[in-house]
Amino acid sequence: MSKTLRALVAGAVFSVAGTATFAAECIAPANPGGGWDFTCRQIGKILHDIGQVPNPVQITNMAGGGGGLAFSHVVNERADDADLIVAASQATATRLAQNAYAGMTADQVRFVGAIGADPGVIVVGADSPFQSLGDMVEAIKADPGSVAFAGGSAAGGFDHLKVLMILKDAGFTDITKVKYIGVDGGADAITQTVGGFTQGMTGDMSEIVGFLQSGEVRALAVLTEERVPGFEDVPTAKEQGFDVVAVNWRGLYVPKDISDADFEAWGAKLQAVADSAEWKETMAANGLAPFTKVGGDFQSWVDGVIADTVELSKEIGVIQ
Amino acid sequence: MDLLNNLALGFSVALSFNTLFLAVAGCFLGTIIGALPGLGPSNGVAILIPISFSLGLDATSALVLMTSVYYGAMYGGRISSILLNIPGDEPALMTTLDGYPMAKAGRAGDALVISGVASFVGAFLATIGLMLLAPYLARIAFQFGPAEYFALYLLAFATLGGMASNNQAKAAMAACIGLGIAMIGQDGSGVPRFTHGNLHLLDGIDFLVAIVGLFAISEVFVFLETQGKESSIGVKLGKVTVPVRDIIASGWTMLRASLVGFVAGVLPGAGASLGSFLAYMSEKNIAGEKGKFGTGVPRGVAAPEAGNNAAAGGALVPMLTLGVPGSGTTAVLLALLMTLNITPGPTLFTDKPEVVWGLIATLLIANFVLLAMNVPMVKIFVRILMVPPAILLPGVTMISFVGIFSLSGSDFDLLLMTAFGVLGWVLRKMDVPTVPIILGILLGGNMEDNLRRAMTLSDGDIMFLWSSPIAIGLWAFAIAGFVAPMFLRNLLKKPQAVAD
Repeated sequence: MSKTLRALVAGAVFSVAGTATFAAECIAPANPGGGWDFTCRQIGKILHDIGQVPNPVQITNMAGGGGGLAFSHVVNERADDADLIVAASQATATRLAQNAYAGMTADQVRFVGAIGADPGVIVVGADSPFQSLGDMVEAIKADPGSVAFAGGSAAGGFDHLKVLMILKDAGFTDITKVKYIGVDGGADAITQTVGGFTQGMTGDMSEIVGFLQSGEVRALAVLTEERVPGFEDVPTAKEQGFDVVAVNWRGLYVPKDISDADFEAWGAKLQAVADSAEWKETMAANGLAPFTKVGGDFQSWVDGVIADTVELSKEIGVIQ
Repeated sequence: MDLLNNLALGFSVALSFNTLFLAVAGCFLGTIIGALPGLGPSNGVAILIPISFSLGLDATSALVLMTSVYYGAMYGGRISSILLNIPGDEPALMTTLDGYPMAKAGRAGDALVISGVASFVGAFLATIGLMLLAPYLARIAFQFGPAEYFALYLLAFATLGGMASNNQAKAAMAACIGLGIAMIGQDGSGVPRFTHGNLHLLDGIDFLVAIVGLFAISEVFVFLETQGKESSIGVKLGKVTVPVRDIIASGWTMLRASLVGFVAGVLPGAGASLGSFLAYMSEKNIAGEKGKFGTGVPRGVAAPEAGNNAAAGGALVPMLTLGVPGSGTTAVLLALLMTLNITPGPTLFTDKPEVVWGLIATLLIANFVLLAMNVPMVKIFVRILMVPPAILLPGVTMISFVGIFSLSGSDFDLLLMTAFGVLGWVLRKMDVPTVPIILGILLGGNMEDNLRRAMTLSDGDIMFLWSSPIAIGLWAFAIAGFVAPMFLRNLLKKPQAVAD
């Protein structure tokens, strides 16, 4: 019934503009403005622009439960809808791993592909005494209360986990002592850090690009295997001796009960978006690093990420 | 000179036929969206985003269309506040307090014109502020940490007691109901509260669901119950004239309210609703009992409208210069910019001057267009709301349902909205004001989050809340605002005479 209603609403909206009917729908499981919304709008736009879908992709914002509402909607009501794609990211995997979707599990949908990743970063204000990630870690080891972090995810979320992964790698075990406040998004976290209310910011590269260019913040480390193209002067955590890689991949999942052929077709369409010049431009402008995995490859990679996150979350006591 | 060059660049972008057409169309659409209860600026803009893509608009044009809709909706929200006692969107909430009593007293036309002019003053001054000061104003956001935001919200609640004109205890009770509702959902550390395992409640209750339920749906119930006799629907609008004396008398109110609103807008954690609330409450305190706020006075509609329109302009400051959205609508605009490959942030003014200054020039033009639409031509919009109740009421109900459904696409929200309608009906029977409930829902969650953050940063040291001059100043205002209505009314009235 909700599908009919949705069509009615969308029909009413679209008749205003005189736009034709649409085929594919992309659900952004959040309000407009965040990463999932960005994923739907960009991928949706390029899919149409390069002719992979005949009509503009209809974007539906379905906020609620940190993505759980959309997840449950797809699992319970749209399980065989082959025209549906849903924006996902590392946060989706983290929440599934931490059982934040009321008992629903990752195997209730199919992860069809990621075509870009937002590298994790650790950032300080321009006038911070910390010159390297090592300086910061030593300060925390000496006095865990002296360094507070701000990030865009809630306590226990991916931004929080990034800091804990680094400290764990450095042999610091008292990770529950680390101060972290979750604020409304990465830009807000930077504002708090530049304002001196927190000493460090943990987030994604895309969230800090403008501030990095204006010189208000310094990035101590990027959490990737290699330095990120366009940001070659930001060292990786790895080369500073911390074996931590954490990227916020941007991708999609599809309902579970669609045919393998449909699943592969979405994978191929995503690959086409990944290969397009438009997407490469979008990535460069938004601080995304290349990261393409589609189809079965991606599904097994996500399974691995979720298993790792479960392990870490248990260690820090987020889940039992 | 730099400024003039930039403005020239801006107007060279804005003064093309296409851009002007989009600005006018956006203002018109926005005013209608704002006037319809349940459709506010944020979902209005969100709904129009796909249209701007299918029209193939470039970055500047899309931005011009969307911000015109945004400004238009901020103007339009007051129309249904005044005529129906149903706020068209959340910042127009405060306009019901004096706007509707004015309409009931047969001065609907005056209220619309005064609030239209006040909207213009607020929006125009805010645009000038954005133009001259944006890069500097962005620094204010760096001064506000968790302790300062907590004090700011406290200030809002402290002045709330003086709001209801008849019974302060009932207003306080209503605020507590609102705060209680704000507690529903995940707390700052992800622990669910009062959700009873229901996924729909995990993100809390959307204040739009509460507004539409408490105002629009309860209005439908009252109408059905009394068969139209006691309902607000059906206020007559006489001839629209310009009440020059009232406008001149509200001059200082408009200027002060614009300043308060603009500052609230610039602070990312505050926004337009808080801006119009603080503007109204400060004017009410300044006027004292003699001002008769809440009974339908021109200054009571001028203050919140100047305040919320100035806040809308102010909210563009952190959005453009920091990439921090100060309100729901600027979050949507931010999404639009990112989709167009423009990353707002400290470098936007130097990297994309044509976008920023084109936008500013358009906003200046849009303001004059909106003034024309909302003062001489206001009857066009009024006519939409002036159809016979037999048609209007089902229409309001339908738009409420569609508007709320478009928020989350969830039928649960529709049930919740109906439940709020019943609650609103019961509260009206008991003469409990509903405005404080909405403020509780709107501000309670943010206030709690900031208190939690402050406690995390300070290891639970309560003194941290008074650790900066800004925080201390806000606490002083809050205490004064709480105590003043009780003891100092007479003292406050005297310096007032001078200020007026």
